[in-house]
Amino acid sequence: MKPPPFKYLAPDSLEQALELMAQYGQEAKLLAGGQSLIPAMNFRVAQPAVLVDLNRITALDYIHTIGDGSLAVGAMTRQRELEFDLQIAERVPLLHECMPHIAHPQIRNRGTLGGSLAHADPAAELPVVAVAASARMRVQSFEGERWVESDQFFQGMFTTALQPGEILVEVAFPPAQARTGWSFLEASRRRGDYAMMGVAAGLSLNAQGICREARLVYMNAGDGPIEARQAAAGLSGQRPGPEAFEQAAAAAQQEIDPLGNVHASVAYQRHLATVLTRRALAIAAERARGNGSTPAVDAA
Amino acid sequence: MDNLLLSLVVNGKPTERQVEPRLLLSDFLRHELGLTGTHVGCEHGVCGACTVQFDGRPVRSCLMLAVQADGHAVTTVEGLSGNRDQLHPLQQAFWEAHGLQCGFCTPGFLMTLVPFLADNPDPSEREIREAISGNLCRCTGYQNIVAAVRLAAERLGSG
Repeated sequence: MKPPPFKYLAPDSLEQALELMAQYGQEAKLLAGGQSLIPAMNFRVAQPAVLVDLNRITALDYIHTIGDGSLAVGAMTRQRELEFDLQIAERVPLLHECMPHIAHPQIRNRGTLGGSLAHADPAAELPVVAVAASARMRVQSFEGERWVESDQFFQGMFTTALQPGEILVEVAFPPAQARTGWSFLEASRRRGDYAMMGVAAGLSLNAQGICREARLVYMNAGDGPIEARQAAAGLSGQRPGPEAFEQAAAAAQQEIDPLGNVHASVAYQRHLATVLTRRALAIAAERARGNGSTPAVDAA
Repeated sequence: MDNLLLSLVVNGKPTERQVEPRLLLSDFLRHELGLTGTHVGCEHGVCGACTVQFDGRPVRSCLMLAVQADGHAVTTVEGLSGNRDQLHPLQQAFWEAHGLQCGFCTPGFLMTLVPFLADNPDPSEREIREAISGNLCRCTGYQNIVAAVRLAAERLGSG
């Protein structure tokens, strides 16, 4: 239960980190919060030859607005900072709402936004929220920079669009839209456990109160964030209410593929998906009518 | 692999050692410094027995490399009271309210709860139970731990 030997590097700047990643390529693994990587190393499931520790790079720890009105969050921003940040509470309510569900405060004191996204655990909250919120990921390498849309970023279980040598440096959340409400719900056996099922739901209404656009993204329902596009599309033009939500929940069943585990069978995960979809859409609709004001952290 | 020089402050005391990069912070505290109050339960971050304070915030010492603490301050359970005859109010409350039996989980609970009480001086039972959700206890069933926290909160509030 101890890691095998490795070469440890702790660059002070992003430039240094990018040079090191270019130099070591496939041999190197990035260390962010370590809350997923270090257990893997303790179990020797992960055995990187080189570990590049990003924790000295304070320049990657920030939350601020950028040109197009998006809220840009540095990849090394601690989950605890996200949890208590007022800008996020106001402008990315979905992100604010998922935070207390992520593991435990002790984990969130070290875990980072970028680390969780780059790890791409299908049972993690942040990838689902990133996809639901249409976040964009800024990726840098020694050669240059590129942006990746969140729906291209997650490519499978623990697999992202990041190539060897690349570092996720920033996540940009687009500005909030009017008459839009969001809800994040998950069902776990105990507070802080991995969820058996989770959903991020979004609903935008037109001036007549009819659904203009919807979003449904599921957690632990496949090999990554699972977007139920058809189910969401089916809500457009509908009056939000129990009937529409029931239809959406039923439609989403065709698009999710939960794998079952020791805590919940496939059938039970599917049942949870239906229930959580109905509830999340109802909450999102209510918030959309109230213009999606800052949500309280619900009793889960 | 080469050893690295680690300079940090532990329980208020500047400390320096040469360590292997792969040495976990939990093992550094226990084996290098002899501070065995920090316990190791699961080594993958779920049980909370290894919780210490890192720059004042509770973290899992089994999920950090000792070298990551370079330039930082770590507080362990040994740092909670200035001398062994005068317990921290939270420790005193755990004792009086019978908030421990075997004591294995207790240091992790204390290191989680001291910052929690500083941020939440008058917590409800529900808030306490949420705060301790990251610490597992096999002996007590948590009832007396919650009682100990309430007792400590009352005393710290009136102190």
